[in-house]
Parts: sequence; structure tokens; C-alpha cells
Amino acid sequence: MKTFVGIDLGSTTTKAVLLDEECKVIGHGITNSRSNYATAAHVASQEAHVDGQFTLFRRALTDAHARIELDTFLGALERAFRLEQFLEQLDDLEQTCIGQIRGERFAKVESGVKDSLGEVFRRLRREAPELYAPGAKRKSDFFRDIAGSRYHTHAEEVAREANLPYDLLLNVYDKSIIEVENRPPTGKLSDKFRRALARVLTTEPSIKSAAADIQKMIDGALAVDLEETYLVGTGYGRVTLPFSKEHIRSEILCHGLGAHLMYPQTHTVLDIGGQDTKGIQIDADGIVTNFQMNDRCAAGCGRYLGYIADEMNMGLHELGPMAVKSDKPARINSTCTVFAGAELRDRLSLGEKREDILAGLHRAIILRAISIISRSGGVTNEFTFTGGVAKNEAAVRELRKVIQENYGEVTININPDSIYTGALGAAEFARRAHLGQADGSEQ
Amino acid sequence: MTTPTKFVTSRAPAKEVIKDASMVKQKEMMAAHYDRLTSAPETGDKVAATFVPGNLNELIMCFDLLNNLPEVNAIQNGLRRVSGSYVLEAEKIGHSEDVCTYVKSDIGMMAKGNIAPNGRKFPDPDVLLLSYTGCFTFMKWFELLREQYKCETIMLHTPYMGDGKITKNMIEYMVKQLKDEVIPALERVSEVKFDIDRLREYLKKSAKAEDDLVRVLQSAKAKPSPIDAYFGGIYYIGPIFGAFRGTQDAIDYYRFLREEVEDRLAKGQGPVTPDGDMGKEKYRLVVEGPPNYTSFRQFWKMFYDEGAVVVASSYTKVGGVYDFGFRHDPDKPLETLAEYCLGVYTNRNLPMRIDMLVNYVNEYEADGLLINSIKSCNSFSAGQLLMMREVEKRTGKPAAFVESDLVDPRYFSAANIKNRLESYFQMIDQKRAGADAAA
Repeated sequence: MKTFVGIDLGSTTTKAVLLDEECKVIGHGITNSRSNYATAAHVASQEAHVDGQFTLFRRALTDAHARIELDTFLGALERAFRLEQFLEQLDDLEQTCIGQIRGERFAKVESGVKDSLGEVFRRLRREAPELYAPGAKRKSDFFRDIAGSRYHTHAEEVAREANLPYDLLLNVYDKSIIEVENRPPTGKLSDKFRRALARVLTTEPSIKSAAADIQKMIDGALAVDLEETYLVGTGYGRVTLPFSKEHIRSEILCHGLGAHLMYPQTHTVLDIGGQDTKGIQIDADGIVTNFQMNDRCAAGCGRYLGYIADEMNMGLHELGPMAVKSDKPARINSTCTVFAGAELRDRLSLGEKREDILAGLHRAIILRAISIISRSGGVTNEFTFTGGVAKNEAAVRELRKVIQENYGEVTININPDSIYTGALGAAEFARRAHLGQADGSEQ
Repeated sequence: MTTPTKFVTSRAPAKEVIKDASMVKQKEMMAAHYDRLTSAPETGDKVAATFVPGNLNELIMCFDLLNNLPEVNAIQNGLRRVSGSYVLEAEKIGHSEDVCTYVKSDIGMMAKGNIAPNGRKFPDPDVLLLSYTGCFTFMKWFELLREQYKCETIMLHTPYMGDGKITKNMIEYMVKQLKDEVIPALERVSEVKFDIDRLREYLKKSAKAEDDLVRVLQSAKAKPSPIDAYFGGIYYIGPIFGAFRGTQDAIDYYRFLREEVEDRLAKGQGPVTPDGDMGKEKYRLVVEGPPNYTSFRQFWKMFYDEGAVVVASSYTKVGGVYDFGFRHDPDKPLETLAEYCLGVYTNRNLPMRIDMLVNYVNEYEADGLLINSIKSCNSFSAGQLLMMREVEKRTGKPAAFVESDLVDPRYFSAANIKNRLESYFQMIDQKRAGADAAA
């Protein structure tokens, strides 16, 4: 089947959306941008294909009225698939680490380091299924984050047991992880799906009776070629991609069109990403009529929250929940990222509560964003909030308040998939380009 | 997929910049002027420092004074990429980050030896002549220079065109200042007696060059436009906004330029860019606001790489608005100087500026308006959003907004500006496609 891919290369994450010919989303994919946009684009696109396969599985199983609990089965299949993917990357990491054992440093301990590495990876493989067990919580879904933290724990133990300097194991890991991360997984997707299915069929007794039917339907879905008919790239890193001009669109236009596809009545779009804040006005066809964005200073963008999280030794996703506990936000004037740490320590030393400071910071971000929105023409109709920061509940709470204060009652749309808005717009541009509407207008 | 769109220019060895003959000639004129200026200690010439908007070059020449323009020096320092260190120097002395970067570049240059682009020291000014006060920073700037040089300072007050018109009272008020204060002070400094007939001669020459300048600027009404009226326009306005208005050199230069442009026009050619002849004209823009000088070529490239040509700009009117009929008039020598000062772009109120921009978008059949907002120039930036909205409303054409600075390299973010420009060009594409579909 023909598919259309939109890739949004953000400064923090890279997102991909796969559309079918009817403009229906069949897959989403996301990965960290890792300063290597070519790999990030490849991985995100592959992730969207994986997600697309699940859509096809769901369609096939639904059409066939398979006598199974669909969500449970697909959930199990996805966990098993992720596990297979993780194990494949672990193998790659191990081989790469072994390749790094060379030079004077390792002269006398080479075999010891090799044995220890083997033990570390044995332990990593042994515990891997737990990481993907039902209900298991992972701080991140990115290989680097998951493998990194567990590697450190095991390497420390193994080095102690083997009486080896820990930093030798750390050294080979540090040299290898970037290489592995920048190498997209090579194994065939369909093989991984088949291995994952075999795993599910052995571990989920409830579906055993339908195993043959499921196997047949999954094979049928895997046989469908998700042909990448046209691709459009957008976002911060778009110019670094080896795409020709007709395959690149501005992220402002993509966010506008993406928001329009999600909410056809929307006229104003706010996007707060890692590096940029954009206020976009669109017409009834999703065409951008005006926009404003921050200048080179990334004050008050997603990156700012990242710095704050680092300063507070918290995860980025923990900031919002803590900030919403506050009912007395601190008054913060500066959203300068450079001074984020100083601002924070200043407030803490004055005895202000962490949640109040955080709530104040979120409000400051939103006030800055609203100033950009006003400059682009204000809020005239339905308002759509997109970008990574739209996932932050404290930012959303402040946004609702500030919009209400400035523009009264306005419908505010926040899509659970808002992070994919730009990629969705790009995918639709790809679809239209294929239909001969290279300018992206609806004709 | 075809050609990759990677940025390769930054890594490629520097290519020779392509210039048309008029640009080469203009550069030679500027170099000759800097040589005259820096030779002043040997020749005994006296020097008047003054500003571009409302500069009274014809009057200055009546007293055998050489004209030195601190703004132009700042621009030269920006183009030569030395303004950044001057700005830092001025900040070290105590000027804050928000101060106009022309001022800081000038102050920093003085602190670092006051070296002109030809490598020789600028002479100290004998007189400071501020003939335009639309920008209040100019006044402070000259106060700083007065502090430094302890020389005679003349401040000619030009009333702001708040009501959008020049009244008889305004002219009389300015002529009185010229007669009672400016001319006597210039006589005192130069020890040259004022001769109004000499002024008339210069003004006659000014008007001739102005005619040709207007012909050049208006050639952009053609499709394709043979000139870029913003980036190329900066070269074209150099002589007439600086030390050459009223000279035979200016007449010769603008005649030469006009012929060159008319030749391109006849051949149906587009503008010459630093990379050679521009490709197909895809977008026609009107630009409001000064350019960025520290990354001038990079900024320009973002336009011509996309086939965007600027067909009219407000910045090329800061040293005089000639395209609506005004010419220096030798029959009314002092009155015409007053009228000239009053009429420069920066002395016009917002409705007048809007009218001008709307006129440009319509007359030059532009696709829209682009504003380059300058971080450290509130005088230019205040009101620009309002202007943008109004122009959008009245022309129905899309507008966009980019931000940079005059000569502070820290404020130029290539990725950010390129992003906005590309978005804008794609917006224009969409608008056109929408209009075609509706037709």
C-alpha cells in the first residue's frame, strides 16, 4: 500500500507520521535527535513503520473478528517486539564494546575485561524481559537511556567482583554507545515481529486456541508492503538532511496544516518545542496567514524546562506534576535559559517552595508564549496547543488561565498526539505532493 | 530525490564576490573619500561629522569641510566584521547591551585607535552637525562625541512629521535655525564665508543625480526586476546618502549606474548578486527596516537562493525620499534643505510610512512585505508590527517579520532567520496556489 511519511526533526526529538492514501494516520514514531539528524530521521521513520504494522494487525484482526481480547494481545505483542528490538541493540552494543578493548590501557587485563563484559551483558539480557513486563515503568523508551542506567549498575558490581577497575568497563561503554545509537537497527522488521509473536504465543495461554488464525493474519499483514511513496521533512534539522528542496517544508507551515487536520476549526496554533516557540495563524484551509516566533534566544522554550529539571535533579516529566501542586505560583520575570539555575537557587535560598517556584516558571513560559501569539495576531477562534510542552500539565493549566484572562472563553485543543503535529502536516504535504499539489494547497 | 540541500557554502573555499561595474565604481569612490578624510591632517582640510538622515552635504561643502559619517563608518565596520569587537569594547567602557550598536561600534572604534577602513587614523572632527533629530539616540551619540572631542556642536532641530505634512511654519522654523545658528557656526569653524550661489550650484547637481537614482530604483517595477532594491540598493544609495550628494562625482556615478541598470532591463536580466546573475525571479518583496551588516552576504543569499528579489525598501529612503517627486531645488536653497530634512523616511509618521509601503507593494506588484526588525534600534522598530498589520490589511498580501541587528553579530541567528524566510516564501506559494484555485 502507498504511504506518505512526514518527519519532524526537532532539536530534542525527531518524530515521524505515516499516512495512507485517505489521509488516515497509520503510524507514529519518535526518537531522540542525538545531534545526528540522518539517523534520527531513519529511526523515527522506522518506528512509524512499526506502529503502522500494529495498525495493520489491528485492522486484520478486527476484520476477521478474531476471538481474542485485542488490546491485551496487541499490548503483549508490542512489549515482546520492543524486547526483541532491545535485545538486538544489546547484541550490537556488546560487539561494539568488545571492539573497543584495545590499546595499552587494556594490555594486561584484556581477557578479564572481556569476561566481565560478557557477564554484564548476560545480566542485562537476563533482566530484559522484566523491563518489558506488563505494567513495568521505564523512565524513557530510548535505548541509550534504558541500557545506560542498567549497564552502569551491573558494570559496577561485576568490576568489583572481578577486582577490575570500574572505569575500564565505563570507558568501553562510553566509546560504544554513541556509535550504536547512531546506527539504526539493522535486522528485518518482519523477523522481529515473528520472533515477538512466537514469544507471545508461548507466554499468553489465553490466546493459544486462536494461535493458528493469529499467525495467519499477522503473516498476511506483514506481507503488505508499506511502500514509502513520498516523504517530506520539516523541523529544526531539516536542512541537514540529504533531501531535495521539494521534500522539505517549513515547520511553521507543517504545524499549521497538522493542527488544521486535527482540528479543522482552529485558527490559532501555539507550538512550544525544545528550541522554538511559535505563534501561528491559519485560515480555514490550514494555510498559514501569519506567524511569529522567538528570536535566537530560546528563553522560555522546552529546553528551558530541561535545564530546570537538570538543576533540580528531576526528570523532565516530573516537573509538571510537581508544579500543579502549587496554589501560589512565585512571580518569575526571567525565562532566560542561561539564568535558569541562578533564578532557581535564588528562590530556594529565599525559602520559597519548590512547587511554587516551578509553577511560577511555567507561568512565565506561558506569558512569553502568549506575547508571541499576540504579536502574530492574537487568538480569534479555536486555539490549538502543540509541541512537547503541550504534554506538561502545569504549562497547560497556566495556558488555560492566561488565555481566559486575555481572550475570554476560547476552545483550547490539546491532542494526545500533539507532539506529532508538525510531522502530520509534513506527511499531508507529502500526500498532496504525490497528488500533484506540490504547493500543498487543497484543490 | 535530486540535489541535496545541505549547507555546503560555509565549508567551501571562499568564492570571489561578483560585483557589477557600478559597485566597483562605488567602492572606489568610498575608498577615495576615506583617503581624503584620513589625509586631512596633512592637507589641512577640516572635518564635519554628521548623520545620514537629513545630512546637509551641500551646505557642508560650501565651507570646504569634509563630511565624515559615523553611521557609515559603523556600517563599514559591520561589513568588514570588526564591529563585534568594537561593540564589546564599548560595553567594557560601560555602555549597556541594549544601546544602539552603531553608537557602540563608533565608541569602541574610537577607543581602539579610531582606525578607518583604509588602515589610517580618522581625523578628529572640527564640528559636529546634527541636522536630524527623529532619532533621539543621535543626540546622545553626538553628546558623547562632544565629550570626547570638545568641538563645536550644532544641533539643527527638524520637527517630526507627526501630522503627516510639512507646513510653512516648519520650513520657516528650520530656515531660521539655518540662518541664525547653523551657517554662522559653520563659518566660525571653517573660517569660510557662506556663499549662497555656491550652495545653489551644489543643489543643482544634487537634483541631477537624484533624477537618475529614482530611475534606477523605479526600474524594479519591471518583471524581472533588474535590481535588488534592498541589498543592491545599499550600494546605490552610498554616494548620495553620504559625502557625494551635490558633486560631479555623484552625477557621473548615477548616470553610469542608470545606464548599467537600463542595459540589464533591456536584456530582461535580473539583479547581480555576490554569486553572479540571479536565477529566476520567484518572489518580489518590499522590505521595511535596515539590513544586518555583519552577515550581509549570508542574509542576502537567503533571498537570492530562493529566487526572492526586493523590489522596494524603506531603508533606501532614510537619507532622502525622492521617488514621490521631491528634488533639491536651487531656487529655494535653504527652504529645500529644510524640506529635504523633514521628508526623510525616519522623520515620517507611521501612517505616512504605511502609505509608502502600501504604495510600494501595489506599484511594484510585490508578493508581500517583509520586516527586518532591529534589536538595538527602537527608533525603527517601534510601531513596525502595527505597520505590518495595516499593510497586510490594505494590500491583502502576506507579511512576515524577522529579527537581527545592525552591526552586532551576536544578534544574527542564521538558522532562525532562514527558517522564517523559508516559511514566508512557502506561505506566499500557498497563497498563490489558493488564489489560482479560486480563479
